[in-house]
Amino acid sequence: MIEAIFKYTYLQNAFLSAVLASIACGIIGTIIIEKKLVMLSGGIAHTSFGGIGLGYYIGIEPIYGAFVFAIISALGIAQVSKKIHTYSDALIGMFWSLGMALGILFIAITPGYPPDMTSYLFGDILTVSSSSIIMMSMIDLIIVIVIFSLYNYWKAYFFDEEFSKVIGIPTEILEKILFIMIALTIVVLIKLVGIILVIALLTIPPSIAKLLSYNLMNIMLISIIVGVVLCILGLYLSYRFDIASGATIILTSGATYFISAFIKSQFKTKNGN
Amino acid sequence: MYIIEMQDVNVNYGRVRALDNINLKVKEKEFLGIIGPNGGGKTTLLKVLLGLIKPNSGKVKMQKDIKLGYVPQFTSFNKKFPIRVLDVILMGKLTKRMKLLHKYSKKDIQVAEQIMNKLGILEFKNRQIGQLSGGQMQKVLIARSLMIDPDILILDEPTASLDSNAKNDIYQLLKEINSEKTIIMVSHDMGIVSSYIGSIACVNKQLHYHGDDIHIDEQEIQEAYGCPIDLITHGTTPHRVLREHKGEEN
Ligand SMILES: Nc1ncnc2c1ncn2[C@@H]1O[C@H](COP(=O)(O)OP(=O)(O)OP(=O)(O)O)[C@@H](O)[C@H]1O
Ligand SMILES: [Mg+2]
Repeated sequence: MIEAIFKYTYLQNAFLSAVLASIACGIIGTIIIEKKLVMLSGGIAHTSFGGIGLGYYIGIEPIYGAFVFAIISALGIAQVSKKIHTYSDALIGMFWSLGMALGILFIAITPGYPPDMTSYLFGDILTVSSSSIIMMSMIDLIIVIVIFSLYNYWKAYFFDEEFSKVIGIPTEILEKILFIMIALTIVVLIKLVGIILVIALLTIPPSIAKLLSYNLMNIMLISIIVGVVLCILGLYLSYRFDIASGATIILTSGATYFISAFIKSQFKTKNGN
Repeated sequence: MYIIEMQDVNVNYGRVRALDNINLKVKEKEFLGIIGPNGGGKTTLLKVLLGLIKPNSGKVKMQKDIKLGYVPQFTSFNKKFPIRVLDVILMGKLTKRMKLLHKYSKKDIQVAEQIMNKLGILEFKNRQIGQLSGGQMQKVLIARSLMIDPDILILDEPTASLDSNAKNDIYQLLKEINSEKTIIMVSHDMGIVSSYIGSIACVNKQLHYHGDDIHIDEQEIQEAYGCPIDLITHGTTPHRVLREHKGEEN
C-alpha cells in the first residue's frame, strides 16, 4: 500500500483527508459528547440530505446544499430548543426525517436519470477531491483557531452555561458559533463516511480518549491521534480486502473502542477500584 | 446609596406567577437574608437579579460595572465533565472581556489555593469535579463565587448540605466578606445566621422587607403571614422576630 500511496493521487487524498477529518472530529466530537449534543449532530447530518437533494435539483454542487441545510437546521434546532428550554429529542427527530424526506423528494423531481446517492449515505474516502481537501483544511483551521484562542471561555461555557452567563461570557454567541462549527464538521465528514456513519466517527475517538484522560484538552488531542490511526487502519483494511471504506473505518473504530473499554475495565478491577 | 433596586417586578412561568410586584432596595454592604416557603420564588428572585431570568414586567436597576458572584442552589453542570476542581474554581476569574489566548496567572492560582485552603478543600484540587461529596461540591461552588471577587455575592442556600462546623465556618467567612461586600443569601437556617444578617426579606410571591425595624412580637407575627418565621424564632440564638407585614409594602 505504501508504494501505492506515492503512486496514486486518490490514495494521497484519502490519506490526507483521514488526517484532516480526524482533527475536526477530535475537537468537535469531544465537545458534542461533553455537551450532550450527539443526537443533535445526528439530526443535522440527516437534515443535510435535504440539502444534497436540493443541490441536485437546482444544479449546484450538492455539498453546498448540504452546508446550507446543516447550518439552518443547527441554528433552527438551537433556537426552538431555547423556547422550550431543552434540546428536544422530538424536535431533532423531526428535522432528522424531514430532511431525509426532502432529499428524496428533490431527487425524485430532478429531471433525468436519478443520481447515485450511496456515496453521500455511506461516504467514499477514495473519491475525495482536491477541492474537498482544501475545504477540509479551511474548516480545520477555523475550528482550531476559534476553539484554542478562546479555550478557557469555551471550557467554562461547555462546563457550566449558567455560571458563564452570570460572569458575562457571551454564551449565546458562543453557542451559535459552536453550532455552525458542528454543522461544518458534519458536512465535510459526509464525504468520508457518509451521513449514516458520521456520528460514529464523531463519537468513537473521543470515547476512546475519555478512557485515558480526565482533561478536556488532552481528550481532544488524544481523539485526534486516535482518529488518524483508526481512519488509516480502516483505509488500509478497506484497500486490502476491498470493502467499502466508510463502513470499514467505522467498524474498525467501534471494535477498537469496545476492546479498549474491556481492557480498561479489566485493569480497573485488578487494581481494586 | 442603593446598589440594587427592583421596581414592580413580575415574573411568570407560563401561567404560574412566581413573583408578584416585587420592590426591593439593597444598600451597599448590606447583608440581606431571604426566607420563604418552598416554591415561594426565592431562587427566581435571585435569577432575576443575576440576569438569568428576564422579568415579564418591571425594572431591575444596578450600579454600573458591578461584579456579581453566584452560588446556585443546585448544580447546573454535568458532573462527569473532564475538569478538575482547581479549574472549576479558576473559572471565577474569567471576565466578560474575553482575551485571546487567555491563561490563568500564577497569582490567580495562588488566590484560588488560598480560598480553597480557607474552605478546607485544598486537598481536592486535582480531583475530577464529580468525585466529591455533596458538601465538598458546595464548598467548591462557594470558592468559585469568591474567586470572582464580586461586589455583590448572591448565594442560594449555600449551606444546605454542610455539617454544622462547616456551616459556622462559612457564615464566619461571609461575615468577614460582608465588611467590604454586599451579600444576598437565601437560607433556611436563619436560626444560626440571624445574628449576622442585617435585614430580611420574606418572599412568598410577594416580598416583605424587614430592615432595621426588627422588633419582638412573636404572637402577632405568627398569625400574620405564611413565612416560616419559626426558623427565625427557633434556635439557640436570641429570639429575633419580624414586624407584621400589613402596611409594609415598600
Ligand atoms: N422553570 C420553571 N418552570 C415553571 N415553573 C417554575 C420554574 N421554576 C420555578 N417554577 C415555579 O415558580 C415558583 C417559584 O420557584 P422558585 O424556585 O423560585 O422557589 P424557591 O423559593 O426557590 O423554592 P425552594 O425553597 O424550594 O428552593 C414555584 O411555584 C415553582 O414551581
Ligand atoms: Mg430555590
